[in-house]
Amino acid sequence: MQERIVITGMGIISAIGNTVEENYNALLSGQSGIGDLTLFDSIHQESIKVGQVKKSTEELIAELGLSSDNNYTRTALLGAHAAKEAIANAGIQDINDRKTGLISSTSVGGMDYTEKFFYDFETSQASRKYIDTQGAGDSTEKIADCLGLHGLVTTISTACSSAANAIILGARLLKAGKLDRVIVGGTDALSKFTVNGFNTLMILTDGYNTPFDQNRKGLNLGEAAAYLVLEHEAIAIADGRTILGVVSGYANANDAYHQTASSENGEGAFLAMQKALEMAKMSPNNVDYVNAHGTATPNNDLSEGRAMQRIFTDHMPAFSSTKPFTGHTLAAAGAIEAVYSLLAMQYGVVFPNKNFVTPMEELAIRPQTSLLHKEINSVLSNSFGFGGNCSTVIFSKF
Amino acid sequence: MKVYINGLGSVSCQEGTRNFKSSDLTRVSQGINQAQQPSYKELIPAGMLRRMAKGVKMGIYASHSALEEANIAVPDAVITGTGLGCLIDSEKFLSTMLENNESYLTPTSFIQSTHNTVGGQIALKLQCMGYNFTYVNQNTSFESALLDGLLQVQAGELNNALIGGVDEIGDITMRFLQLTKKINTVDEIFPKGVNYGEGATFIVLDNKQTTQSYAELVDTAICNRVESVEDFIQSFLSSQYIVPEQIDVLVLGSNQTANDGAFYAQAQAICSSSALETFKEFSGEYHTASAFGLLNACEMLKYQQLFSTGESKPIEYILVYNQFDGKDHSLTLLKKCGD
Repeated sequence: MQERIVITGMGIISAIGNTVEENYNALLSGQSGIGDLTLFDSIHQESIKVGQVKKSTEELIAELGLSSDNNYTRTALLGAHAAKEAIANAGIQDINDRKTGLISSTSVGGMDYTEKFFYDFETSQASRKYIDTQGAGDSTEKIADCLGLHGLVTTISTACSSAANAIILGARLLKAGKLDRVIVGGTDALSKFTVNGFNTLMILTDGYNTPFDQNRKGLNLGEAAAYLVLEHEAIAIADGRTILGVVSGYANANDAYHQTASSENGEGAFLAMQKALEMAKMSPNNVDYVNAHGTATPNNDLSEGRAMQRIFTDHMPAFSSTKPFTGHTLAAAGAIEAVYSLLAMQYGVVFPNKNFVTPMEELAIRPQTSLLHKEINSVLSNSFGFGGNCSTVIFSKF
Repeated sequence: MKVYINGLGSVSCQEGTRNFKSSDLTRVSQGINQAQQPSYKELIPAGMLRRMAKGVKMGIYASHSALEEANIAVPDAVITGTGLGCLIDSEKFLSTMLENNESYLTPTSFIQSTHNTVGGQIALKLQCMGYNFTYVNQNTSFESALLDGLLQVQAGELNNALIGGVDEIGDITMRFLQLTKKINTVDEIFPKGVNYGEGATFIVLDNKQTTQSYAELVDTAICNRVESVEDFIQSFLSSQYIVPEQIDVLVLGSNQTANDGAFYAQAQAICSSSALETFKEFSGEYHTASAFGLLNACEMLKYQQLFSTGESKPIEYILVYNQFDGKDHSLTLLKKCGD
């Protein structure tokens, strides 16, 4: 039997909490993090709601102990905060005592600061330290520096499937023997650029997002970061780690249908789930919970719903989208939902798909709308993005 | 399983897509250097061409060229690297948003600003439903894509993979980088300033050697920061049971600036018997420029000729080393294909 890739640590910061514990408590109590946009001024402030992290940029800088001349963007700060929790949770003392890598992901990168200082760069010397921070890789570099990590460091950006893909690459690098352990995840701060981008696509709701509901009107954007520590099973055991779960299957496929829309029958999503199940050597009947991508856009939920019906036929397990809690956290979403999937297994609980009222006409399946306690041995988590990018990761109990 | 490079294609500051001889090439001699644009109309319908981002066009052209040479219609995977994605559209959306107080915006430039646009558009054009990843890790974006493809073909998960690096010049960002003296201007060459370029370079990895094959891709490695270039190179080569004396040609991503000299000098010191080749004087610097160096290395191996002088000589191994500003180091080891 091939050696397993196990998860030994996790860290998260999102609209519903600054730690894993706070996130779990909010999921249990049904406390959503969606509210008013106050991070920056925008003409859309009155018409949209977002999932903001309840820590200011200044607080994050202070907690990380950065000097006043630092040039960390909010994306980098959120990422460093969550990655540090993951390392501490795993009990890693010296990050370089094993061959360790970092695979992060982001969609917005440092755009939050570029948009703030765009007109100042020309005239203000002080703002220029943020010129180099626009690139997506900058946030990863900062996180690696914060952790003191020297080694294989890279960044993935495949829109809203990015963090799931970071988990996939991390597992691949471990299997190939390139690394002993790897920190994987994603980070995205809210920015005016993203708010306006999604607004032009007309997929932002003016209320609270309602995944898989007939009358869904679109998504709420959110900001967040989450990271997992992945290790070889043998190394994790040798180092005396607590094992939180196993990465038992994963796959990425392309819908090849449209740059921003998913196909009606969800072919890409279907292929991703099918291939991930194949790798995990699991029948769909063995999946106990599906943490759906469920963005609450008309297009995603129909496409994903149809794909799930094709995979699970008439044995659909409990499923929910947790985006009513956090908003759609874009490149971080796959990692946020990986943490929630692991919590679901650990505590035997399916988190509710909040805000659901009316079943979709096109679908026979219904999301789980209340907290459900049951034994969960495996969770399938979906993440889809622009460019037809479809990813599925399956987590199982150790 | 061994992995071969069976097709190449590029759009760069030079005319032509491959078969580069340094004596025919123009040196980039100014701060900002646009890529020579080939004729796209045979590949892309005119209606689409008008709205298509430059990076997407260059990517479609270079990938088409590489796939055609490798004789593959639809690859098993499309894996790309880019430092800043379709930068012109990002700048356009950002400046329109700020100038018009978040009004009068259209989705096209936002959609194209998404980093995986090139990979997504190539998949869409080829109707490729396989694995599709985009890496955005500054100066190791391309090598990240290369490593991902290499591991999957090695493991037998893929038969082949289309791998590429794409970056485009955006005027506003270039202007900002000139303010910080990282890119030279028309009037001034800065101590740390580079001459910037843009382009797309694609290669096809395959588990089968053919008569087209350029080289065997032995391994590639990336590292965010290295304490010693010597240790980085030694451990990389020793993992393949190679000693520096076996490296016939060392390809360096040097810009010949004050701050990159020390790193490349260390590499040269270790591979002291290797012939030395550079390429950024022809490609310009950009986040995925090292892919152009890899393309040169592939051609040197296939034709057994040095890129700089055209001199014929037996070449068994080539090592490509790149870094930028002391960060994001990468090594790629190529071997001559067996007879």
